[in-house]
Amino acid sequence: MSNFSKRKFPRQLEDEAIHIIREVAAQFERPALLFSGGKDSITLVRLAQKAFYPARIPFPLLHIDTGHNFPETLDFRDQLAAELHLDLIVRYVQDSINQGKAKEETGKYASRNALQTVTLLDAIEELKFDACIGGARRDEEKARAKERVFSVRDEFGQWDAKRQRPEVFGILNGKINLGENVRVFPISNWTELDVWNYIREEGIGIPSIYYAHERDIIERDGLIWPHSEFLHTSPDEVVQRRVVRFRTVGDMTCTAAVESLADDIDGIIDEILRAVISERGARIDDKRSEAAMEKRKQQGYF
Amino acid sequence: MDILRFNTAGSVDDGKSTLIGRLLYDTQSIPQDKLEAIAASSRRKGLDFVDLSLLTDGLIAEREQGITIDVAHVYFSTPKRKYIIADSPGHVEYTRNMVTGASTAHVSVILIDARHGVVDQTYRHFFISTLLRIPKVLVCVNKMDLVDFSQDVFSNVVSDFYAFAEKIRFEGQIIDFIPVCGLHGDNIATPSQRMPWYEGRTLLQELENTEIEEKNTALPARFPVQYVVRPRTEAFHDYRGYAGRLASGTLRVGDKVTALPSGQQSVVRQIQKFDTDLPEAHAGDSVTVLLADDIDLSRGNMLVRHGEQPVEAKYLVAQVCWMAHEPLVAGKLYWLQHGNQTVKARVEGIEHVTLPGTLEQVAATQLKLNDIATVSLKLAQPVFADPFAANRANGGFILIDPASNNTAGAGFVQEAHESVPVQEFSI
Repeated sequence: MSNFSKRKFPRQLEDEAIHIIREVAAQFERPALLFSGGKDSITLVRLAQKAFYPARIPFPLLHIDTGHNFPETLDFRDQLAAELHLDLIVRYVQDSINQGKAKEETGKYASRNALQTVTLLDAIEELKFDACIGGARRDEEKARAKERVFSVRDEFGQWDAKRQRPEVFGILNGKINLGENVRVFPISNWTELDVWNYIREEGIGIPSIYYAHERDIIERDGLIWPHSEFLHTSPDEVVQRRVVRFRTVGDMTCTAAVESLADDIDGIIDEILRAVISERGARIDDKRSEAAMEKRKQQGYF
Repeated sequence: MDILRFNTAGSVDDGKSTLIGRLLYDTQSIPQDKLEAIAASSRRKGLDFVDLSLLTDGLIAEREQGITIDVAHVYFSTPKRKYIIADSPGHVEYTRNMVTGASTAHVSVILIDARHGVVDQTYRHFFISTLLRIPKVLVCVNKMDLVDFSQDVFSNVVSDFYAFAEKIRFEGQIIDFIPVCGLHGDNIATPSQRMPWYEGRTLLQELENTEIEEKNTALPARFPVQYVVRPRTEAFHDYRGYAGRLASGTLRVGDKVTALPSGQQSVVRQIQKFDTDLPEAHAGDSVTVLLADDIDLSRGNMLVRHGEQPVEAKYLVAQVCWMAHEPLVAGKLYWLQHGNQTVKARVEGIEHVTLPGTLEQVAATQLKLNDIATVSLKLAQPVFADPFAANRANGGFILIDPASNNTAGAGFVQEAHESVPVQEFSI
């Protein structure tokens, strides 16, 4: 597949995404951009910046902080918000736990990934957001492949595959009933490689953990887990020092690293082109069952 | 790098998922872990081959029932271009799904099971491809291995298909036929050794050689204003930019333009894409246009070149594909959304429902899910639509049910009138 590496980013994808983001600003009263600190949401910020230039992005960023984020991601988030004068709102999973709305998982696979949904839905209700822009892509996973650009959710945030609105001619229907809100996915039609090519061509900055670096890790189930105070390890799991990078950025408890020496974007792209593991293959949260993502979506997951 | 969008349509068990899986497999688009996962699933099902159709069967209900419920989007690339496949399921709510998946497609791929030949569904799939004005239709006659790779079987399908297609195809619409075997990959990406009588291209070659029509850029410019950018900052104190995606045509700096509906005129002073100034914008570009004069222009309005105005339509005759369980009823009010303009519309009458299989036109007082009909609509405010046949990007609209806010229908403008046409009647 090496002949793909000279591939350029298809610019129509940017035009399409900017169109979608502008529709959100025009059709909704209180939109927000769901920011995770990962490359997809960073790409969304860039697209939103372009959509409204020279004006500021006319909606806030919402970050659901699980408390298990990589510190590098949080640093990056704060720097980006300051640079672009973004209105950044943070809500904490820890608060949901303290309020008794969410319960910490136990055992060696414990993660706060599923708990995010509770905090997110509370934030949407508290801040009365009617549209939340997210960086999900249809190539990531089979359930996402069937989701629309404007995905209407009920007041519990639930996605119903059988009740989806047809989307034709690129016309986006943002009319909703009281209590409903919409998740919007402007980069639905982008693949992982499209995102990386865009980041390269645009010179967009990303958190340092995407690049090869030395880190303490453990090996478990054939995957490389980042060692941190949040990871529950058993005595036979040995902490090792390795040169790794992350292909996707979630929580420290549910994102696997890959061994890599790629320390720049070109290196990352070369690696993806040769990769034998798909992007979500490094997401431990998806491995729980064949339909893990669909079930989480039905419960209001991002 | 450009993007080619295509739709796949087939009846139940035509092998559509397998064909898509094969296309991905043969273009090395399947990561190793996904391939291993479907190999494992295939073994659990007791199959002695890797069932590539498992790649696109997504939802829990679909896996349980072995069917496909909703349009799935699948992506792959070649060194030449990026492909977006809209995979529309064949049976449940097929019309609705196919219209959803194919409304912006460049190519429509229709599957036919060689053993069954042209069936009623095939007519429907071609009818919708034509309704959507898809410029190229590739008919894949699949499962050729089950008819001994017979040229006669293939030729019969071709002539049966043509007999119907000739009645409704539009001028310039390309129709090509390919005998394939998705399961083994014959004529998908690799020329079949088992059908030496076929000298045409493989499916992938056909896709790679499809010209993505530039016609859209040559049409009159249609710039629907989507959002007015007003920074209100010191540096951009008087800045007023009209943001939007050019639906069709080309817009250049210096063009004399008319704002609709105000009719006010001005000149394009600047076209911006982010912080870059462009000399011109082409169909599909998301840009921000600055004008020489301050005029009345806001979201839902349209900017066109002077002398190229579309009709200010308050009365439309359109083909409508109904997509809701709740029927369309004559006399009822709907929201009509055209581009980013939304107006109230009343269904004045249903002229007739067309049966896609026989092309028979029958009278109706309401439209049921998946019906395709010609209806007339009276609008509360004008829209600036072109006939769909002349301008695909500016001739489509949706109908929204005001009670549920759901998208209930897709419309294709046939005639746009400023007011209700005077009826001629004899005494």
